[in-house]
Amino acid sequence: MLLCLVDVCGVFKHVRPSWRKPRASPGDTMSDPGDNLRRLTDLYRTMARIRAFEETALEAHTAGEIPGPLHVSIGQEAVAAGICLNLRRDDRLTSNHRGHGHAIAKGADPKRMMLELYGRDGGYCRGKGGSMHIADFSVGMLGANGVVAGGIPIAVGAAQGLKMQGSDAIVTCMFGDGAVNRGPFLEGLNWAVLFKLPVLFVCEDNGVAAFTRAESVTAGPGVADRAKALGVKAITIDGNNVMQVDDAAQIAVAAVRRGEGPHLLHVRTYRITGHTSTDAAAWRPKEEVDEARARDPIARLGAVLAERGVGPNELGKMIEDAKAEMADARRGANAAAWPAPAVAFEDVQDTGAVLWSKSH
Amino acid sequence: MVEVTLIEASRRAALQEMRRDERVWVLGEDVARGGLWGQYKDFLGEFGEQRVVSTPISESTIMGAGLGSALVGQRPIIEMRIFDFVMCAMDELVNQIAKIRYMFGGQARPAVVVRMPHGMWRNSAAQHSQMLEAWFAHLPGVIVVTPATPADTAGLLVQAIRSDDPVLFFDPKDLFWVNGEISEPIEPIPFGVARKVSEGDAATVVTWSAAVPVATKAAEQLAAEGIKVDLFDLRTIWPWDEAAVTASAKRTGRLLVVHEAVEVAGFGAEVVARVVDQVGPSNLKAAKRLAAPRIPVPFAPPLEAQVRLSPEKVMDAVKRLIAI
Repeated sequence: MLLCLVDVCGVFKHVRPSWRKPRASPGDTMSDPGDNLRRLTDLYRTMARIRAFEETALEAHTAGEIPGPLHVSIGQEAVAAGICLNLRRDDRLTSNHRGHGHAIAKGADPKRMMLELYGRDGGYCRGKGGSMHIADFSVGMLGANGVVAGGIPIAVGAAQGLKMQGSDAIVTCMFGDGAVNRGPFLEGLNWAVLFKLPVLFVCEDNGVAAFTRAESVTAGPGVADRAKALGVKAITIDGNNVMQVDDAAQIAVAAVRRGEGPHLLHVRTYRITGHTSTDAAAWRPKEEVDEARARDPIARLGAVLAERGVGPNELGKMIEDAKAEMADARRGANAAAWPAPAVAFEDVQDTGAVLWSKSH
Repeated sequence: MVEVTLIEASRRAALQEMRRDERVWVLGEDVARGGLWGQYKDFLGEFGEQRVVSTPISESTIMGAGLGSALVGQRPIIEMRIFDFVMCAMDELVNQIAKIRYMFGGQARPAVVVRMPHGMWRNSAAQHSQMLEAWFAHLPGVIVVTPATPADTAGLLVQAIRSDDPVLFFDPKDLFWVNGEISEPIEPIPFGVARKVSEGDAATVVTWSAAVPVATKAAEQLAAEGIKVDLFDLRTIWPWDEAAVTASAKRTGRLLVVHEAVEVAGFGAEVVARVVDQVGPSNLKAAKRLAAPRIPVPFAPPLEAQVRLSPEKVMDAVKRLIAI
């Protein structure tokens, strides 16, 4: 089990000492215990909602209600919740193929997300994107991406655009451990340093690139060292400890927003489920998955909250509320209409668009 | 009106639009020093290093960062240096730029211009001479611009920069030093409207990009011999002026498409297929293509000549067409 926080670059001492030895949790700050408890409760609720959304979607998929595969992030919720709690609405986010949690944590509406998973009218992408392409520009969510590392160049360009506009909004770029072996990772980090762009790179390292253990296809000491070689301030943290993610994100986001250039969080977590909704991931030893379940980020935060006096009823209610919200989203999606066939011909381009006719 | 080279026409068009709209910026290798051909000469001094950005040789990120900036409201001119290098940015172009508006249900407007100087020039071999514009006509979501004159380059580049659609702009390398008149200020030219170069009843000849001056010369020589043809410069191959070409072919009954790119599965095949479909096979006496053999572009001049068009080849093709 790796619960370390490693400042591999040794550069965070220049940022803030707390990078080297962060607080055990934001709740430890005694100045405003009420605020911190609220913060932890927010994190718990967000993780519960992400978990409930994806479990509901998996059930719906198994029941044949959702076409196409789902890439779920069960077990990884602390990453989305801990990062996004530190972002403003006008901060932008690029995500990857496993992005339901990122979207929910950034403020997207699960009802419209579920409609999109179902391919129904009213979905975020009008039924043209599905699970892998959820976007909600109104909350700064610039889209999930079906191509590994596809979001990295987009993120640095969005940051460059914001910088040109004199905005203090930042861009957070979520990608997995598989992305660090693609060219855009090198290009994008190099670029972000050269132009000193306001980007927070987040490598959500679940240890497995599709069906292959990441360590078996990744040379060298890992993503944080690669970032360090390019002059990106980087840190490795435990992504199953949401308080640690929140703490690191808080510091990194502030530094990026102050104009200190790109930062990278290497967040270690574990994908409890398979690559897609149809993959049982049976090739992994049961003990490994059990051990990961024992580090479940939601249960761990639940234990902390219980210690701080949040009763089991209150915790249970947050879980039940999340399940009810997503069950409602499922009912809504099941009842929603399919998009009209002509919708397939819309949103292609203004000039040179092919028009729908019944002969199609 | 002022007479300038084609590359200078493109410089003036971009200059005009960057002065008009401060959201427009240009990124690519060596653009701050004026670009490979001076197409951004003096831009850095006027617009500053935030809007005229020389980048690393990182094609994926040149393309993707341009897109990212568009998603927050900027209007990038993405300079690919030479068309062939776009192969290093195909994910960002094909999977991201061309799809992002559609996949996200209309939330995104990727208002980017991708400039890709293409085609044969002076013996530059297989990786610096390609003409693959047909690939992109095949790609839903983009506009494909293939100008051949200074005026069209200027007007279409202005239109491209103002377009909310992503525009793939194929600058014709071999014609950069050709002179022609442009208007001041430069007025936009709409996409999908062909330019009629010459008129005649003997045949309909359709072409674009660097093949235009070759076909023009052929048409002039044919006219001197008494063979007059309708010659169209499509200017944009998506959208393309199907109505004008179809109407002409209906009248002449003979169609020849001339392009520099490889004939097999080139855009000429699309033109012929659509015209046959629209006019009806019984109303066409002949429909042919004149284009490159399916070989890479070779280096040595006599080898390269195997791929190059010439007025003589076009004249011969027209004569064979009207003999049918």
